[in-house]
Amino acid sequence: MKVHEYQAKEILRKYGVVTPRNVVCWNSDEVPDALAQLGGSVWVVKAQIHAGGRGKGGGVRVVQSEQDAVQAAREIMQRPLVTPQTGPRGQPVRRLLVEEGIPIQSEIYAGLVVDRTTQRVVLMVSPEGGMEIEEVAAETPEKIHKTFINPEVGLTDADAESAARFCGVPEELAGSAATLLNSLYLAFWDCDASLAEINPLVVTEDGRVIALDAKMTFDDSASYRNPEFSEFRDLDEESPEEIEASDAGLSYISLDGNIGCLVNGAGLAMATMDIIKLYGEEPANFLDVGGGATTEQVIAAFKIMLGNDRISAVLVNIFGGIMRCDVIAEGLVSAFSQIELKVPVVVRLEGTNVERGKQILSDSGLTLILADTMDDAARKVVQAVRGE
Amino acid sequence: MSILVESSTRVLCQGITGYRGSFFSHRAIEYGTRIVGGVVPGRGGQKHLNLPVFDTVSEAREATDATASVLFVPPHAAKDAVIEAIDAGIELIVCITEGIPMLDMLRIKERLSDSNSNMIGPNCPGIIAPGKCNIGIIPSSIYEPGRIGVVSRSGTLFYEAVAQLCTDGLGQSTCVGIGADVIQGMAFTDCLELFLDDADTDAVLLIGEIGGAAEEDAAQYLASANYPKPVLGYIAGRHAPPDRRMGHSGAIISAGLGGAERKIEMLRDAGVTLIESPVEIGRTVRRAVRH
Repeated sequence: MKVHEYQAKEILRKYGVVTPRNVVCWNSDEVPDALAQLGGSVWVVKAQIHAGGRGKGGGVRVVQSEQDAVQAAREIMQRPLVTPQTGPRGQPVRRLLVEEGIPIQSEIYAGLVVDRTTQRVVLMVSPEGGMEIEEVAAETPEKIHKTFINPEVGLTDADAESAARFCGVPEELAGSAATLLNSLYLAFWDCDASLAEINPLVVTEDGRVIALDAKMTFDDSASYRNPEFSEFRDLDEESPEEIEASDAGLSYISLDGNIGCLVNGAGLAMATMDIIKLYGEEPANFLDVGGGATTEQVIAAFKIMLGNDRISAVLVNIFGGIMRCDVIAEGLVSAFSQIELKVPVVVRLEGTNVERGKQILSDSGLTLILADTMDDAARKVVQAVRGE
Repeated sequence: MSILVESSTRVLCQGITGYRGSFFSHRAIEYGTRIVGGVVPGRGGQKHLNLPVFDTVSEAREATDATASVLFVPPHAAKDAVIEAIDAGIELIVCITEGIPMLDMLRIKERLSDSNSNMIGPNCPGIIAPGKCNIGIIPSSIYEPGRIGVVSRSGTLFYEAVAQLCTDGLGQSTCVGIGADVIQGMAFTDCLELFLDDADTDAVLLIGEIGGAAEEDAAQYLASANYPKPVLGYIAGRHAPPDRRMGHSGAIISAGLGGAERKIEMLRDAGVTLIESPVEIGRTVRRAVRH
């Protein structure tokens, strides 16, 4: 689960990370009050969306008067914010974060992620604060310092301090920077994060170390340990069809093509997309109904797929293992009889009791195109969309 | 021979009284797998499926001489259950549980690295040596004894691949479904090393997918080991979009890493026969072993 910057900062503050003082606004009318609460003469108005690269899209503005602040807030909320991570349609901005301005002396990057190669949490720091870490990694990898953390030991003070020194933090502030990195690690571990990033982490002109930005992502498998985070979920940041799919226990990703795919198992679903491409057509989606492919799941899956206007045929590819093909076939027949099949549907069943499964499908009286193998199914669905 | 398991392998089931533990233990026993007992805290002394149930893995091991354990425990209990099995000296841990928190897995990995235990999974189908032993949730009826070793990150695609092998008259020595989580136990490389020394395996089929670097690691190993047996590979997800998680927790291309093309290129450079189409798996392996 992703959360907004202001939510990540709220969490990190509990662990001792220092952030600028800030106020969340839901519209531009609330901005003058926020400025009054914060005081000072320089503020930053920041769009709160989950996608990164907000600064590049004009979603982060430094302002020095109430009039400018309100104007900036209006402009940011006026139209969807387009950043390198949102796609061309952008993401509507419904929340703003107004923060006190901070006199920056230097900016660094600090992030924690799980490294798949070493299978440990890695602390990455870089003196190139404010840049995307992927860019730094690609262009100047020597400017990234990595500490692989033993989960039984945690982040040691010595490792945290050497990370701070690598980033050129002045000697007298290395201790504070190390403390902040330790707080970040503590928050990461305690909250079951899969990502915790401060970019930039700044050293101020008056000698403080502050998290100017913050990004956190949480491991959904551990949500039962942090039930209080459920209030941080922002459904406006998720696509309606993907919410519907996750509610039905399906894994769904919309793509650009016109062949709907309903498959049990993620690997087989990807392979099904691959074979459609190989035969010259485009899949409309990735959809994994799970190993069982129950009636309810198949109905939910069809509703989601047929909600996509581009769909001109559907390929159902099911490998029945423990869940026998005859049981799956009965489920499919029951599901299909409750859905209006507006487009050609090719069904391929394989696995345990496959013959009985096929018999049930062909006896059902439904207008399905039955296929014997995955190859046969892919060819038939391609023919169907081409009108052959 | 087979790898990791034999017909004589004695297996415990942690979580045997639960619905899935019970169902799959029953199936395994029917297949001929030597399930010798179950472990369920608080149920010690009871019988289930006519097998003794113990409170702890170490008691169970003591009483049954089991060397393997399969876990059907809920995700929140998985870390302690796996670590208990490691501490009891279980050699092969097959963890079927899906949805173990990632940080729990990091702790498990740390303990595994200091132990003599191997772990398959989590969130995996398990392991089968056709005709001998089936541990996990693999639908054994589609598998046939033979001389091809199979190792796969996915589940149903693994079954699809094996069904194709059987259609083409190729049985299997051992098939391992290692799972596709971000943090996992045995990787492709570990299985390839074992297949190398297995006299009953003539060729290895590797079913990979996008995300992570297990395929790249396998390629490096194969190149450095000058692997003498034919290895064939299929990588799912060539057309998966970046930054989207394709079902499996580990199936994601992020920051330009984990894409299929690089995996395919590295495996090909390491001498692996890449299978372009998922419907050509059986035929391609048959051509390779006929040479």
